[in-house]
Amino acid sequence: MKHADRPLSPHLQIYRPQLTSFLSITHRISGVLLTIGLALLTWGLCALAGGPDSYATFSAFAGSTIGTIVLLGGLLALCWHFAMGIKHLILDTGRCFEKSNAQRLGQAAMALAGVMTLIVAIGVFA
Amino acid sequence: MTDKTDSGAYQYQSPLGRARGLGSAKSGTHHWMAQRATAVANLFLTLWLLWSATCLLPGATHETLTEFIARPVHAVLLILTALSFFYHAALGVQVVIEDYVHDEGRKTIKLLVTRGLLFFGAVACVFSILKIAL
Repeated sequence: MKHADRPLSPHLQIYRPQLTSFLSITHRISGVLLTIGLALLTWGLCALAGGPDSYATFSAFAGSTIGTIVLLGGLLALCWHFAMGIKHLILDTGRCFEKSNAQRLGQAAMALAGVMTLIVAIGVFA
Repeated sequence: MTDKTDSGAYQYQSPLGRARGLGSAKSGTHHWMAQRATAVANLFLTLWLLWSATCLLPGATHETLTEFIARPVHAVLLILTALSFFYHAALGVQVVIEDYVHDEGRKTIKLLVTRGLLFFGAVACVFSILKIAL
């Protein structure tokens, strides 16, 4: 299809960044990252099934600096997607569309994601 | 009745017929519901998974982890978690690809490749869990 040389309607850059749109796109990004992260879950389970030797290889990666950063990032993405997911399920019922409510719901979801990440990180590493 | 399509070709179709052909694939609602159903399942399964991780991981060894997975309840929950995660991921990534990839050929290839990889991962996870548990 050939596009005519017509002016475009205002796009992303014309809007002031908002919490709601930021949370919406990061929900999607964290979902894509988690999908990639499923490779790590698969590797871990396959390594466990393969025996102590193959598990040692996985364990060495998971315990390394890069592995720890990846796993912590994965944990944050999981908790973020978890909390934003609850937010979207609430929005799906038609609630919290009013501006101030949407704002508060977003803040609550961010708080939940943060607290959840901290609790699990402390539980695993401490 | 003749209508000019976007590609410039003429189609001998009524506007209604053309709209029917272009419209709903009749499977959108199922996709939407499946995405939400697995989302709710994932909420519970994630809580279980993270709870288990905080209990197990400090000082986890191959032995303690395989012993944990070998318990029937844990094996079943872990298989459910893997299936629900992979299915939810496949549904979500499909929407992302459909939103951002506009070239029909590329879109089809990306959809098939991601779906294939996710199928592969899901089967590998379930096989590994069964191998550990049985």
